Amino acid sequence: MTYIAKPKMHHPTLQTNKVGYTRRDYEGRISTLCAGCGHDSISAAVIQACWELDIEPHRVAKLSGIGCSSKTTDYFLGASHGFNTVHGRMPSVLTGANLANRELLYLGVSGDGDSASIGLGQFANAMRRGVRMAYIVENNGVYGLTKGQFSATADRGAKNKKGAINNDNPIDLVGIALQLGATYVARSFSGDKAQLIPLIKGAMSHGGAAVIDVISPCVTFNNHGGSTKSYDYIRQHNEAVSRIDFISPSSEITTEYAPGAVVDVPQHDGSILRLRKLHADYDPTDRDAAMSYMHARAARGEVVTGLLYLDPLATDLHTSLNTCEQPLNTMGAQLLCPGSEALNKINDALR
Amino acid sequence: MEPTNTANPAYFHKVVDCQWACPAHTPVPEYIRLIGQGRYSDAYMINWVSNVFPGVLGRTCDRPCEPACRRGRVEENNAEKPEPVAICRLKRVAADMKDDVKARMPSISPNNGKRIVCVGAGPASLTVARDLAPLGYEVTVFDGEAKAGGFIRSQIPRFRLPESVVDEETGYILDLGVKFKSGQRVDSMRALLEQGYDAVFVGSGAPRGRDLDVPGRKEAAANIHIGIDWLASVSFGHITSVKERVIVLGGGNTAMDCCRSARRMGGKEVKVIVRSGFEEMKASPWEKEDAQHEGIPILNFHVPKTFEHDNGKLTGMTFEIVRAVYDAKGKRTLVPTGEPDVLVPCDEVLVAVGQENAFPWIERDCGIEFDKWGLPVLGEGTFQSTLHNVFFGGDAAYGPKNIITAVAHGHEAAVSIDRLLTGEDVSRRPVPMTNLMSQKMGIHEWIYRNAVSNDVRFKVPWTKAETALANIKIEVELGFDAATAFKEASRCLNCDVQTVFNRATCIECDACVDICPMDCITFTGNGDESELRTRLKAPSTNPTQDLYVSDELKTGRVMVKDEDMCLHCGLCAERCPTGAWDMQKFLLNTTQAGARCRDAHFPVAHDSAAEAV
Ligand SMILES: Cc1cc2nc3c(=O)[nH]c(=O)nc-3n(C[C@H](O)[C@H](O)[C@H](O)COP(=O)(O)OP(=O)(O)OC[C@H]3O[C@@H](n4cnc5c(N)ncnc54)[C@H](O)[C@@H]3O)c2cc1C
Ligand SMILES: Cc1ncc(C[n+]2csc(CCOP(=O)(O)OP(=O)(O)O)c2C)c(N)n1
Ligand code: SF4
Ligand code: SF4
Ligand code: SF4
Ligand SMILES: [Mg+2]
Repeated sequence: MTYIAKPKMHHPTLQTNKVGYTRRDYEGRISTLCAGCGHDSISAAVIQACWELDIEPHRVAKLSGIGCSSKTTDYFLGASHGFNTVHGRMPSVLTGANLANRELLYLGVSGDGDSASIGLGQFANAMRRGVRMAYIVENNGVYGLTKGQFSATADRGAKNKKGAINNDNPIDLVGIALQLGATYVARSFSGDKAQLIPLIKGAMSHGGAAVIDVISPCVTFNNHGGSTKSYDYIRQHNEAVSRIDFISPSSEITTEYAPGAVVDVPQHDGSILRLRKLHADYDPTDRDAAMSYMHARAARGEVVTGLLYLDPLATDLHTSLNTCEQPLNTMGAQLLCPGSEALNKINDALR
Repeated sequence: MEPTNTANPAYFHKVVDCQWACPAHTPVPEYIRLIGQGRYSDAYMINWVSNVFPGVLGRTCDRPCEPACRRGRVEENNAEKPEPVAICRLKRVAADMKDDVKARMPSISPNNGKRIVCVGAGPASLTVARDLAPLGYEVTVFDGEAKAGGFIRSQIPRFRLPESVVDEETGYILDLGVKFKSGQRVDSMRALLEQGYDAVFVGSGAPRGRDLDVPGRKEAAANIHIGIDWLASVSFGHITSVKERVIVLGGGNTAMDCCRSARRMGGKEVKVIVRSGFEEMKASPWEKEDAQHEGIPILNFHVPKTFEHDNGKLTGMTFEIVRAVYDAKGKRTLVPTGEPDVLVPCDEVLVAVGQENAFPWIERDCGIEFDKWGLPVLGEGTFQSTLHNVFFGGDAAYGPKNIITAVAHGHEAAVSIDRLLTGEDVSRRPVPMTNLMSQKMGIHEWIYRNAVSNDVRFKVPWTKAETALANIKIEVELGFDAATAFKEASRCLNCDVQTVFNRATCIECDACVDICPMDCITFTGNGDESELRTRLKAPSTNPTQDLYVSDELKTGRVMVKDEDMCLHCGLCAERCPTGAWDMQKFLLNTTQAGARCRDAHFPVAHDSAAEAV
């Protein structure tokens, strides 16, 4: 919790992006989280990513549930639309918003408790429906806001701050997302912005359900010796399979790579995700291979990070439901609510 | 890069840009905070200890601190017109609003049997007297003039510096038991040396104004005056009026004082005419502005050719028109443009084209060597001449400078004299006294006020032009009122409250990097300084400001902080979960004459650090 307002002053060389904003314009209110919380780093990465993407802030809707992680939507994109839902219900509220207006960019922010414990069903259904969104899980293995109880992603055998051992099996959100058909699946670490920022940019430009499971240490309740989600533990066990460069549709591609070292994956909006493979045997476009690779590595105690799976030709819920393109809020009352006569007609047709 | 050695007092000192730039190293932010708290007397005394003439300097200082002030840099692209903190005018607030400070003046130790003599009663000599008299030295000061102050009294016009301020601040020093021999010029160094003083300090200034020898100078002499002589005559009331059309030759501060004085003494058409371009003029920007503000035009690129006269009665001057040409090395020459010469009619001319040192009273065979420019040969930093017990300072040492430089010389010369007379090596210099104190009071409470003000520099109110021009004794600038002083003081960034990094407790969580409003902090691999500067979060645009580099961290990276744009807002420390960042107030006071400047107080291992300061 910080009581000093962040000064308005910025570095004199601070640049504006194509839509005329500086990075500072994408900030929100000053964070009330504990000093050193990984979640704050993720907020900084979101700010940087949106600035780099030249997104107009009013084109973003940020939705979250409950938890320290879910509070962060207040700490970035102060000029965007926002909605804090009840605990674990962000995916369904976001789905509704998305169906009503597909022109906004949807950013779902959640925690491991919010998405893997109370909201697991919601998470799973959003993935399987292919709701177009960037779904960021700020995963610290505990319920930070309620003082550090193990969450459903806590590893078996991990210790809490008082030394109690977690005997339950962990839920792997990445595994579930892969299994249920998410078309952009990544894992990252709050302490590695070089990796995280391009992943967020890729997710926000993706045409379907994109999920990033970001390991984000809770300094207050889960950053001790027996934790498997501490800064030290993740730094020691992090195994990046790839580095991605996000290349926007208009930018020129200049860097050359040896054949086989990179895979360029064009996305629906013309942006390109360039994957620099760090593990030669890893293929991020093969869902089954990705899943078994992950399992094998996890068994060796490695936390695999990077863009794990990508279907560049993703479709989304709007395609499968064949909904109209026009946002509902631009249609006018007459069209949205044609009256009882129209309703009678429909009812008659169903008799 | 090697990890930064913050134990070297020079490192944190340099971060306090204003204090570093100040010749006397006055702890600026320390007194600005006190002004913000309304503790004017305390603020005054901090100044008094360091720069001896706060009331005088608060009106007239050349203020090298202001161009150095960090506020001017951080307002770049953040404010319409980036400006430093009005440091100088805040000093004046302390002087104007303080209570009676007589009781705070130093007590005087019993006579130690040693006798010091100072030649001249300008700021340099008076500083020596102030530093040495309380230690028990018997200090005698000679001056040819009736009152103490040197050029402060005789040159600086009253509309910039009321005489009462000079009286008050010279008075504090003379009241310390100093023997002031007024109206007594020293005519012979030899004779002075024969009087058996233990040490002699020469603070006689640079008293000779340069003349301009062009045709007509002799014939029209009655209406041509040397600027500094004329200003002194004005100051002492010997001259009370000028003719209507006045030309002031020269582009320095003396020229500005001449023209503004002339404007107040009957001059209707007063012009400043200068050889160089407007930008290259030596006068401070604010002096030029003030002159122009009073309706005085400045004609540049005019080289004086002749004084025109009618049987000895001055009628005007002719000038050749030139332009500046720069060679490959950037060296300037003034070349005639070929345009016809210009005649500027006038009734009186004031020549303010420079000042020179002159020591006609120092016999050249008494053991004091002079260089080819006629300046004494002095030990660097000691101000000791080739005659071991004779010291020089102020304008007499290295030619005309300014008051604060004279004060700084005075302090160092006093240290030299004290060490000489206590049998210690004059060339060994004392280290400054430093103190580093955490400002943390509670989890989110700091001793200093760390909110950063967004105000732009406040303007000092002025006397109305008609009133100001009507009387040379009416002070033009009025000084801030308490409310404005508070707001201006709040613009100070507290650069002395240092960001201190502790590598051992850093967990590399990035909290400080994310929160820093100025993007000062980067965690990255180490490298050479020049290369490292290319990899910082915000571009490094100012290589004169240091990088603060830590030892290697757990991930193999280092913490690099570019000091350049730091607001000292404390957010990095506030957001650090482990207290690896702390805000610590760095106080540096130069060591003055007295027990603390003696060998017994030298830290044994820190000699090299002292040299770096
Ligand atoms: C017109 C003008 C305006 C200035 N304005 C400013 C300003 O606004 N701000 C600023 O910082 N600086 C200003 N200066 C410069 C500043 O006044 C000097 O740099 C400063 O006063 C030098 O101090 P000093 O102690 O070396 O000698 P001075 O102040 O020059 O004092 C020397 C004293 O020694 C006396 N003296 C000389 N020879 C003898 C002798 N043989 N025996 C006895 N007494 C002797 C003189 O009478 C004089 O009183 C100005 C200078 C001029 C000419
Ligand atoms: C319906 C409901 N049940 C329980 C709670 C109490 N509660 C608040 S936050 C939270 C857990 C949040 O954990 P997580 O999503 O991991 O967020 P973190 O604080 O760890 O970032 C719980 C259980 C609640 N607010 N609402
Ligand atoms: S309790 Fe944990 S998760 Fe919540 S703000 Fe503090 S460090 Fe972050
Ligand atoms: S901001 Fe204050 S402390 Fe910093 S350089 Fe300016 S006056 Fe000095
Ligand atoms: S005090 Fe810390 S947070 Fe504030 S500007 Fe300086 S480095 Fe940045
Ligand atoms: Mg959690």
